[in-house]
Amino acid sequence: MLDVSVSYNRYKFLGYEFLTWLWFVMENQQDILKESDKELVSLDIGNCIVLENNKNDSTESITIKGDKAGLEEGILSLHKGAVVTELNLIYKAGNNEWRFNIKGESLNISSLKTPETGPVETKEDIEGILLEKVFLYEKIFVLMDNLYKQFISLRVSDRWEKDVVPGIRKWIAS
Amino acid sequence: MGILSSSVSVTRYKVQGSLEKPVLEKVYNGLTQNAIQEIDDDHAEKIVGWTSFENPYIPDFENSSFVIGPYLVFSMRLDKKSIPPKIIQKNYAIEMARQLEKSGRKYLSRNEKKSIKDHVIDVLSLRIPATPNIYDLIWNMEESWLWFFSNLKAANEELETLFSKSFRLSLIRLFPYTTADLMSGLSDADRDLLLQLSPTKFTE
Repeated sequence: MLDVSVSYNRYKFLGYEFLTWLWFVMENQQDILKESDKELVSLDIGNCIVLENNKNDSTESITIKGDKAGLEEGILSLHKGAVVTELNLIYKAGNNEWRFNIKGESLNISSLKTPETGPVETKEDIEGILLEKVFLYEKIFVLMDNLYKQFISLRVSDRWEKDVVPGIRKWIAS
Repeated sequence: MGILSSSVSVTRYKVQGSLEKPVLEKVYNGLTQNAIQEIDDDHAEKIVGWTSFENPYIPDFENSSFVIGPYLVFSMRLDKKSIPPKIIQKNYAIEMARQLEKSGRKYLSRNEKKSIKDHVIDVLSLRIPATPNIYDLIWNMEESWLWFFSNLKAANEELETLFSKSFRLSLIRLFPYTTADLMSGLSDADRDLLLQLSPTKFTE
């Protein structure tokens, strides 16, 4: 395997492409989301999208904030050659809702809010609540892992250039 | 930021290698031998070590208290003394004036100034208590993964070093390349293709 710091920087574009693809999938190919999680009710963009455009050796960063974060402005940025570097997502399964940010370059999850767990009233409660929390966190990690797996298998196949990229270009241009 | 907080940030790792048996005893030894030490009465400016999840200010790893269900749950504590720059500046100025008066000179050499500053920081370090920062982690030994509840670069670097020193196991941070290489079930041929990928242009 490659040196960690080299591979982190060299391949962070994969994380940006993953988030760009994910946005496209959320808008156009809901069946892929369902394949990744049978219990999924919805996966939507929350209150923030961050995009980055590298041109002429300079980097332009575009942050769009607010509920239902400005899809039109985001698409416009994609049209100008930007990629998504960070997303705030809302995942729903059953009657439960999770909110979190995912960063493209690291795939780190931040500001993860799970459905509420019971209160910790005694020391004995901690163990049960902790196991419940782990279960709730894992839902997001498994969902993201499954989606990333689908993305990577497409990314290393011929289908990426043949089908996926033309589809994303069409969506951006529409 | 803790596991039970209402909002968490998580950095995920793959644990490479496995512990010799008896595993829990090895973990216990790794934790106790590298448990956090107090530095309030010491000149040290920073210290890092393990502490217990349930009682992070009085580390206790007895009776396998770090085992919860199938997981190992404990915390990394990073204690740091932060001396406000203005306090250093004030004490430095006072000490400089004292040295000038004592020596009867008008100026001090660069080395003398540096030595005074180091001395001031050293003395202040003894008087200022260290601020503890606690970062929880969950380790699933069976599935070789670890979640660290912070995205802070410095905290993650401290974790990687401390973990390796304590358990002689490596932590591989899961980011786009490592996730693709280690977690996505790619064939050897696909992993070769992965190495050759370059950025896609989504606009023509």
